[in-house]
Amino acid sequence: MPDKRERHILITGFGGQGIVMAGDILGKAATLYDHKHATMTQNYGPEARGGACSSQVIISGEEILFPSVEEPEILVCMSQEAYTKNVKSLRPEGTLIWDTDLVHTRKTDMHYKTFHIPSTRFAEQLGTKMMANIVMLGFLSAVEPLVHSEALKKTIMDSVPGSTKDNNLHAFNKGREYGTSIIKGLVKAEQAKHQE
Amino acid sequence: MNGDEACCEGALAVGCRFFAGYPITPATEIAEAMSRRLPQLGGIYIQMEDEIASMAAILGASWGGVKSMTSTSGPGFSLMMENIGLGICTETPCVVCNVQRAGPSTGLPTAAGQGDMMQARWGSHGHYEIIALSPSSPQEMFDMTIRAFNLSEYYRLPVIILADEVVGHMNERVIIPREDDIEIINRRKPTVSREDYLPYEADADGISPMANCGDGYRIHVTGLTHDERGYPAMNAKAQEQMVTRLVGKIRNNRDKIISTKNFYLDDAEVVVVSYGISARSSMKAVRDARAEGIKAGLIKLETIWPFPEELIRSIAPQAKAMIMAELNGGQMVLEMERCVGGACPVSLVGNYGGAILHPNLILGAISKAARGKT
Repeated sequence: MPDKRERHILITGFGGQGIVMAGDILGKAATLYDHKHATMTQNYGPEARGGACSSQVIISGEEILFPSVEEPEILVCMSQEAYTKNVKSLRPEGTLIWDTDLVHTRKTDMHYKTFHIPSTRFAEQLGTKMMANIVMLGFLSAVEPLVHSEALKKTIMDSVPGSTKDNNLHAFNKGREYGTSIIKGLVKAEQAKHQE
Repeated sequence: MNGDEACCEGALAVGCRFFAGYPITPATEIAEAMSRRLPQLGGIYIQMEDEIASMAAILGASWGGVKSMTSTSGPGFSLMMENIGLGICTETPCVVCNVQRAGPSTGLPTAAGQGDMMQARWGSHGHYEIIALSPSSPQEMFDMTIRAFNLSEYYRLPVIILADEVVGHMNERVIIPREDDIEIINRRKPTVSREDYLPYEADADGISPMANCGDGYRIHVTGLTHDERGYPAMNAKAQEQMVTRLVGKIRNNRDKIISTKNFYLDDAEVVVVSYGISARSSMKAVRDARAEGIKAGLIKLETIWPFPEELIRSIAPQAKAMIMAELNGGQMVLEMERCVGGACPVSLVGNYGGAILHPNLILGAISKAARGKT
């Protein structure tokens, strides 16, 4: 039986981080390779770069009617502003994921399932911080498997420019390996940074 | 792909080979996709200086024999009004896709609205009939763009697609049919000799065969009131004849043009009418109401104009109440009230745009109406 439950994911950050692209890849992977239904809608301001932005993804075994994600079960935060604005919307049993270096969470958030990764730092180490979204997708695929990782990889290959394919694949694998090690308890996640 | 890209692909599939436009959120992705795709197919993409010129350019291209379109949003749609009227008067097939955002004025560029429904109907001066379609998903953006071109070619007028920001920017699966499975209607061509051809002499159904510029037929195209030759005729009789035909070719064929999708109407006590993105919220609300044991139904308008007057009239006496769900302060609800004519209570679930309607809002209105309160 296909999973008929709708999965609601909110990916947040600022314009230029590839937030919408990450949502697009996640939805495409679910639709084109996992043969599920998916919608991706986006929120952004009038600025071309730097403004708050988010992509809302719903993945389901059935037709999706209402495409808005209001209370996500998975919230990915790639900026402090996005975290502050959206953390209240996360469901009580939800999963909070963030970029270790870019977001300082509150200690009280620890009742969520929490995961964090220095995705931007890792991306910089691999050549360009532009791939932080892909590192994050790899990480997400390990800690919250929503779609098959092969589907994600194929979609990334379809979505990025030819000369960057290899690098993006490295970025995805880096995020996925980090996530897998944390899940298996092989490595201890870096200390999260908390707000005062 | 997103709705805007699906609109572009639908246009290309039905044979559009000319696009003129000016980028504007949330319709820019249509222009972007066209600028990428048209040159691959030997078509022409022009970024014009503004929306007035864009509309003029697609009218000209259409007379040159090429299927043409433009895309815009509220502020640009306002600028296109004059030349949409020119397209109606000169009976020029073309398609205008308005990906609506919240207005008035520049409003909320990146948020959805459905406030241009009446502007699409009456925005250009003078009296006329128009055809407008409203898609609810990227798939419908593809399908309805094809239908918009077919209607424009057949009935010879600018056909308007009234999408919205969410449908335009939403990514969903779009299934593109095989080429052979796509119905393509092309404008009717003259069958008489060059000497006998009158460009505005209509066939029995009110539609005139169209000779393109360069086909060798004598044509004259003007926005002034004209006779069958296309020459200006400055008198009340010519006006009566011309506008009667412009109005009649749509009104008399409305059964063939109007399209709705009806859900659970057979025993429906509360009937929701909606379109575009709001129809999805409405569908969710109607299904939730059914789950609660309320006999709710939905009419999803695929064509906004002409309005399905006869359907609404026939449903209203059997209904306890009818509800219009739309992202404006009440536009199509006025048309619905007119058609219901007091046969049942009518109410509006709406906002001024900026956020799509939550299904629970509509469900609340359905429950209230089912209890006999409006």
